[in-house]
Order: sequence, then structure tokens, then C-alpha cells
Amino acid sequence: MELLNINIPDWADLAWWLPEAILCGTFLVALLADLVVRGRRPWLPFAVSVAGLVTAGAYAVAALDPGTRTILGDLVVVDGLAAYFRLLFIFVGLVTVLFAWTAEEIMGRTRENKGEFFALTVLMTAAMCVMAEAKDLLMLYLSMEAVGIVSYVMAGYMRTSLRSTEASLKYVIFGAVSSAIMLYGLSLLYGMTGSMQFDGIRAGLMGGQVDDFGLLVAVILVIAGMSYKIAAVPFHYWAPDVYEGAPTPVSALFSVGPKAAGFALMIRFFYTTLAAGPDAAGSAGLVQQINWPLLIAVMSAVTMTYGNLVALRQLNVKRMLAYSSIAHVGYLLMGFVLLTETGLQAILFYLLVYALMNLGAFLFVVAINNHLRSEHLDDYVGLGFRAPWAGVMMVVFLASLTGVPPFAGFVGKWYLFIAVMDKQWFWLAIIAALNSVVSLYYYFRVVKAMFLTRPAEGANLSPLKLHWLQYVLLAVLAIPTLGLGLFFGQFTGLADRAILMMTTGF
Amino acid sequence: MEVTMTHYLVLAALLFLTGMTGFIVRRNAIVMLMCVELMLAATNIVFAVFARAHADGGGHVFILMNFAIAAAEAAIGLAILVEIYRRRRTVNVDDLKALME
Repeated sequence: MELLNINIPDWADLAWWLPEAILCGTFLVALLADLVVRGRRPWLPFAVSVAGLVTAGAYAVAALDPGTRTILGDLVVVDGLAAYFRLLFIFVGLVTVLFAWTAEEIMGRTRENKGEFFALTVLMTAAMCVMAEAKDLLMLYLSMEAVGIVSYVMAGYMRTSLRSTEASLKYVIFGAVSSAIMLYGLSLLYGMTGSMQFDGIRAGLMGGQVDDFGLLVAVILVIAGMSYKIAAVPFHYWAPDVYEGAPTPVSALFSVGPKAAGFALMIRFFYTTLAAGPDAAGSAGLVQQINWPLLIAVMSAVTMTYGNLVALRQLNVKRMLAYSSIAHVGYLLMGFVLLTETGLQAILFYLLVYALMNLGAFLFVVAINNHLRSEHLDDYVGLGFRAPWAGVMMVVFLASLTGVPPFAGFVGKWYLFIAVMDKQWFWLAIIAALNSVVSLYYYFRVVKAMFLTRPAEGANLSPLKLHWLQYVLLAVLAIPTLGLGLFFGQFTGLADRAILMMTTGF
Repeated sequence: MEVTMTHYLVLAALLFLTGMTGFIVRRNAIVMLMCVELMLAATNIVFAVFARAHADGGGHVFILMNFAIAAAEAAIGLAILVEIYRRRRTVNVDDLKALME
């Protein structure tokens, strides 16, 4: 055992990790700032977090074309995929921080520990970035747990609320067991191949002498753990409760951030360890006894159908959005079925679009909750006239979530459909199309409540005045949701390049 | 009888299944968290066995990291449980129904 013969990292490569380093530094400074002012001036940690996220974002934009850089020995790799995702995560983190500043659930008079919220969001952003970069089992597990542990705390942020603490407990219990299950799978993979590195595992599997049954068990355990992260059926049961119970800005972050990070991790892990090769046409795995594409395809179909059908009977808008986000995982998994480059590119582009429209929809719920203290559909009646601008933007988000042209959601879905139809998986595309029709019903029920239903006699119809920052942020999310539906070439190009860099880089 | 690698792996698998069964059967949140710790202990055994078999330090490093993570997770889980117990006087997960439909 040659423990002394370690791989000395090349420190110059750490420069490619500046965004993550800045985020970690920001977390510490924001936390310290909150301690110094004893939680009395929450604007200080808020300002530190925003400044840190903007700086990190600037560096992430500058490093959008990194080539392939391995950092910290061989634990972490910064390549096109990582550069794409970390930009997405920093954007999501920034929107969450800004919106939380205006949210009663975080900043209200009776709330505690306001400053820590911003620090935690920054830390979670950094951990999600690492999830997209891990190329070693150790880093994979560490980054997933870092995201997990921060999210348990954030879900229970409203410490005095029964619903928030209950959401947090459910999250922590199911999160712990799913990561234990995944870890068992990882330990078996390590045992069979003798390597922690993704490419080392691949080499070990290629070398033969691997027990097929053992590999099958290991991969199924790993898939189970990762499906929990992205909330795919049958590992979705925590999602509705957690999204409903957590403060709404946190639900918005959960429904986008960790989900995208889970997909990034799955893409890298499965593509670099299990896919038959960069040039292979279809088969996703080295274990031949089981039909991997069929397994993922069934999972995808069940996930979207379940999410959409249960969303139909939700009267709480937040819970409805939780089920809708499960349905969207189903759509996203379509791109994962065949592990082709087209499919992965479609996933990347759809994640960007999904982040815009889903954050927008959740943030509308935050803005309304500030005034009405309710997320119930009955209380949304007449909102279109009480807050016309925000109402119209909510319609944009919902239409895009449905996948109606000319919104971005349509283009995103179109790419996902092409990815499966390319390989003659028509039944999956048909199920997805039917599901989109079903989703039209519940998304437009919200639109109907806001604009078409006649308010009851004597109902309060005074106009709602939202915070100016909320208008700005909703517009920042709504304009690209509309614009990406019309001018998407630039961004699909970005996704294409990110995947090409990953597939040819290793 | 000589103790071989297989014996350790069977021990780990049994430990993992014990934890899993306990997690499914018991409804007390503290016991459920303890069962998760059992499952993590099982993975630690697997890592230790294979680290020795492959003469590779990576497995041992993983175990050390795993201790830290399990401790952090347990700390957070118990903190949340304390908060819930203060309000509800119960840690039985079946009694937590504020978020059910």
C-alpha cells in the first residue's frame, strides 16, 4: 500500500476553480458578517452574497471555454459540461438570493437568522458546481452530501413552522437512506474495479473479470440514489411534501438547482463509466442482461405520467408545481434513454429553459404569498386584475411549462422529442406528447382562476403592489422564456459545445 | 476455518439488509436514523475489504470521509428532531401528517 506515493496536484490548474473558490469564500465572509452584526442587519450578508455570486458568475463566464482541466489531483474536472452547469447554478443561486430578500417567509418581521439564509444559498451553489465537476467516487459522494446537508437545513428554515420542520425531517430521513443505498452501490463498483476514478472504473469494467450480477446490483443501487436526487418515480415520494413545506424561495431553488446538479452528475457518471463508448450508437451499459434504455424509458414514462396525473387534482399551487416538476424530470429523462449526444444536448438546453420558467412560476407564488399568505387556488381568483403585470408573466411561465409555442418550453421539449425519435422510440414520444396535453389542464386552471373566474361578491379586489425587485426578476426570467422560444440558436449551440467538449475530452 | 474476503462481504451485506429492514419496519425517527448508520457501517466494511484486496489507500480515505459525513448528517437530523419533539411531543413519523394530502 503506497500511501506516500500520492499524486501532487498542479496548483496552476486551481485557477480554473476560481468561481467555486469565490463562492466558498463568500459563504464564510457572509456567515462571519452575520455573526459580527449579530443578525441585526441582514442587508450585510445579503450584499456580500450578491457581490460574491456576481463575481463568481463573471469568472464563470470568462471560463466558459476551459478545455479539460483536472484539478486537485484527479478528483475534479472542469470541462465544457462543468462550465455550462456552473453558470446555470450561479444564476439560479443569484435569483434565489435576490428573491428571498423580498420574501416574507425569509425576511418577515418574526423570522430568525435571516443572514444565514443567504450564506447557505451561496454554499449550496458552490456544492452544486462541484457536483457537475466530480470525476471520482469520493468527490461525487462528498458533493452530493454537501448539497444534501445544506438543503436539509434550508428546508427547515422556518424553525417555528410545523410544516417546515416536518418537510425537513422527511428530507433528512429519506435523503440519508438514499445516499446510504447509493454508497453501497459505489462501494461494490470500487470493489469490482479497484478504482475510484470514473475512467478507472470504466477501464476496470472493460477489462472483463467483472461479475455481471454484481455490476447489475451496483448500478441499480447507484441509479436509485441518483433518482432520489432528481426526484424520479419511484424515488419521488419526498418531493411534494418537501416542496410544499419548505419556504417558497427554497422550494424554487430545490426544484431547479439540485435537480440540475443531479442530472449533471448522472450524465458524467453514466457517460464516462458505463456508456459503451463515445462512438457507440445506442447501448447504454456494459451489462447485457438488462435492457438499460428500456429501463430508463419506462422510468421516464412512469415519472411524467405520475407527476402529471397527480398534479391534476392539486388545489395548492405550490404542491401542484411540485408534481409538475416531477413530470418535467420525466421529460428530461427522455434525453437520457439512449445516452446519445443529441439526447444529452437536449437535456442541457431543457434544464436551462426549465430553470427560467420554473423559477419564474415559483417566484410568482412567493410574490403572491407575501400579500395573501396563501397558495390555494381559490385565493388566486381575480389575481390577473389585481396584479396584471405579474399575472401576465405567470401566464408566460405556465404556457412555457406546458410546452406551447412560441415559448422556450416548446423548443426544449422539441429537442427532447427529437432525441428519442431519432432512434425510433416513438412510443415514448407519444406518451410524452399525451402528457403535455394533460398538463395543459392543470397549468391553465391557474390561468383561468387568475383571469377568467368571476370573483365572489365582496371579495377583496384591491390592486396588489409587488416589490420593485420582484417585477425586475420576473421580467428577467420571463423575457428569455419568451425570447429563447424564438432565438434559441445561441444557447443550443452552447449546450452542444458543452457536451462535445465532455465526450471528446476524456 | 479461515476468514476470507467473502465472509466480510457477507457480513456487510447482512448488516446493510438489517439496517434496511429496520428502516422500513420501524416508525421512530431516531431508530430510523440509527438504521441508516448501520447501512453506512456496512458500506465502510465493504470499502475496507476492497481497499485491502486492491492494496489501494483510496478505500480507507473514503471511510474516513464517510465518518465525517455520517456525523454531520446525524447532527442535522437530530437537531431537526429536537425541534419537532418540542412542538409535537412525538418523533413517530406516522404522526407527522401536516403535509399529507
